[in-house]
Amino acid sequence: MTKPTEKLELFEVFVRSKRGLDHKHVGSLHAEDQEQALEYARDCYTRRSEGVSIWVVKSSDICASQEDDADCFYDPSDDKPYRHATYYVLPDPVNNM
Amino acid sequence: MSDAIKAATLEYATRLGDDSVVLGHRISEWVSYGPFLEEDIAYANVALDYIGRARMFYTYAAELADDGRTEDDFAYMRSDRDYRNLLLLEMPKGDFAYSQVRQLFADVYYALLLPQLEQSKDETLAAIAAKGVKETKYHLRRSRDWVLRLGDGTEESHKRTQKAVDALWGYTHEMFDMDETEQLLADAGIGVDVAKLRDQWLAMVSDILTEATLTVPEDSWAVRGGRTGYHTENLGHMLTEMQIVHRSMPGCQW
Repeated sequence: MTKPTEKLELFEVFVRSKRGLDHKHVGSLHAEDQEQALEYARDCYTRRSEGVSIWVVKSSDICASQEDDADCFYDPSDDKPYRHATYYVLPDPVNNM
Repeated sequence: MSDAIKAATLEYATRLGDDSVVLGHRISEWVSYGPFLEEDIAYANVALDYIGRARMFYTYAAELADDGRTEDDFAYMRSDRDYRNLLLLEMPKGDFAYSQVRQLFADVYYALLLPQLEQSKDETLAAIAAKGVKETKYHLRRSRDWVLRLGDGTEESHKRTQKAVDALWGYTHEMFDMDETEQLLADAGIGVDVAKLRDQWLAMVSDILTEATLTVPEDSWAVRGGRTGYHTENLGHMLTEMQIVHRSMPGCQW
């Protein structure tokens, strides 16, 4: 017997809390389509008044970086300290930057 | 408040409380049996809305009765013959299609009834209704969705949904019956004249059933009796399970 959820799509849920400015990833769930996913997100992730706005997106629509990409994605920035503001010595007259 | 109005309001609050606790309990029977986890949690939320509503109606009934009884006495210490809920709501949960069709019939009913009760001259009833209006908007969105999905789904889901519609149709007529008690309250601007809701209910339900490729049944049979305490055999069994802990250990707290 196939589990009912095997026929359902996986969705990622993002919730914006009352005082939050941005939507934060809170988890994932199964649903038939995006409308149903939104309803389940309401029931599964905002039961304790966690949010004022919900986004759902099909997990398969997210293009994610892979662990194998780490070398070429992030290492090259390690030797470029001048990209950080703290790298620069400020002249004295510029206080409180 | 005159004695007659007070007695009628007590009866009315009890009826509405009975409706809420019975349906709430039936929905709660799905907990851990839902088709999948997300639906299990979502439907349990609906059960909690109904049980919360029952508490508010019973608390008000207890206040009007003013004889030392509490909300718990109304829920747990009355037998099936004392219960005044609609028969539709006490039917066993059946399969998922059956529960969702019953839910749709009830949700459309409350979507029409509660906004009117919100206008009640009785402030407590109006306040309870106001909370219910918001809940019902969401409940209806869910049950409508499910009936569309199941009716217009696979051959099997269509068959089961149509079977549920046919099996439950005769229990829907009772929702629109008025008696002396409810007429007195409707005339006083306290209760809702439910007889006037039937046309709108039928139109809304027919639209949804038709969209779900389901057939709207003929009005060929009707069962009544819930409002006078004459129930199907199902309520007694349900109450036995619902009341066993309270009756075994009266007043127990933990």
